Amino acid sequence: MYDRGWSDGLPLVAPTRERVLRMLEGTSRSGDEIVALMPPNLVECTVEKVAVNAVMAGCRPEYLPVVLASLEAICSDEFNMHGILATTMGVGPVLVVNGPIATQIGMNSGVNVLGQGNRANATIGRAVQLVVRNVGGGAPGGIDRATHGSMSKLGFCFAEDEVGSPWTTLAEDRGFDRSQGVVTAFCGEGPRILLDQQSRSAESLIRMLAEGLLASVSPRTVMAMDGLLVLSPEHMARFSDAGWDRPRFMEELGKLLLVETDTILAGAGGIDEGLPEGLGGLTLPKFRPGGLLVVHAGGPAGLFSAIIGGWVNGPMGSEPTSREIIR
Amino acid sequence: MTEPVTVLDPTAEAIPTQRSLNPRPSGLHGLTVGLLDISKPRGDVFLDRIEEGLTAQGAKVRRYAKPTFTKPAPVDLRHEIAAQCDAVIEALAD
Repeated sequence: MYDRGWSDGLPLVAPTRERVLRMLEGTSRSGDEIVALMPPNLVECTVEKVAVNAVMAGCRPEYLPVVLASLEAICSDEFNMHGILATTMGVGPVLVVNGPIATQIGMNSGVNVLGQGNRANATIGRAVQLVVRNVGGGAPGGIDRATHGSMSKLGFCFAEDEVGSPWTTLAEDRGFDRSQGVVTAFCGEGPRILLDQQSRSAESLIRMLAEGLLASVSPRTVMAMDGLLVLSPEHMARFSDAGWDRPRFMEELGKLLLVETDTILAGAGGIDEGLPEGLGGLTLPKFRPGGLLVVHAGGPAGLFSAIIGGWVNGPMGSEPTSREIIR
Repeated sequence: MTEPVTVLDPTAEAIPTQRSLNPRPSGLHGLTVGLLDISKPRGDVFLDRIEEGLTAQGAKVRRYAKPTFTKPAPVDLRHEIAAQCDAVIEALAD
């Protein structure tokens, strides 16, 4: 299977007929149903082809609906998987799962949530990438031209900790009901740690979060790249203790994420990279409206959050895209 | 001896149509050359210089631009270039 070019570099589970049939039992959808036009080759991808790749990735059948919904999300025109694959930036689909299905299939939203050790988290994201590679024809060195790449190109999937969160979920924030299974695809890099172990108030911690977020992707980008903030439970406690709900948090954070464009013009501070001179004298938000997604996840101990930087956003690049998970 | 294992094909099983490039023109005089800007910063700076060079060689230049560098050129744009030009140069920049 390595020699045929089917692998992402890791060993694969042999997709025997029996295993694929068992995988297909994870969905009510017919094996010959078209899931999406798979970039980059824009090939019609069937449920069966997804099942073959899900077996190879190590998925259990009950994960298949999440893989299917993820593929529907990333193959939409607004998510723009073709460009995400082709870009030299090391970004890929970061998949956030909401709803009861996350717990039902054993996804991790707690300790080491963005790391190793959970079969569902690890194999759902991997299966999605294997479909892009094997069905879509997108492999590194071919259409995939990433300079460094990142873990989000291997497979990056996790669940939001909904039970432990006092806030509305990411999916609710995006118009879904809490009872629905939803996957949200965000085009992003790997996570970077944001450390704040001393803030004891919401007012202090939010300033620290803002400082970290202002450097997302580059301190010199404004409104051009989205971001995903993963708040840990201990950081969340600073805000819930202060009675801040999600809208209050976003409002306060938004006030601190304003950038004086004179400070990031090309040439400012002796750095050539920056905004053109014509954009001087403005105050602009770091993130466009709706361009910062916030989820709650992570282990119960640890005064860290994680920032996942995005890519070119909106119609010019990629739009965060949610799809309901249908079993 | 173990039985051979049969695995299902995870690929699209598609065989792409092979299309060859047009023969390289022997000269540019009198030909129409399309310059496709993929819409990255300073692509126009680069293509302006290319246009000067091509014009000096007697080529007629037509300029095109993709709506965004992050997506493939729209089908209509590709057809437009193919219908209007004898050759095309696609430019990256930063």
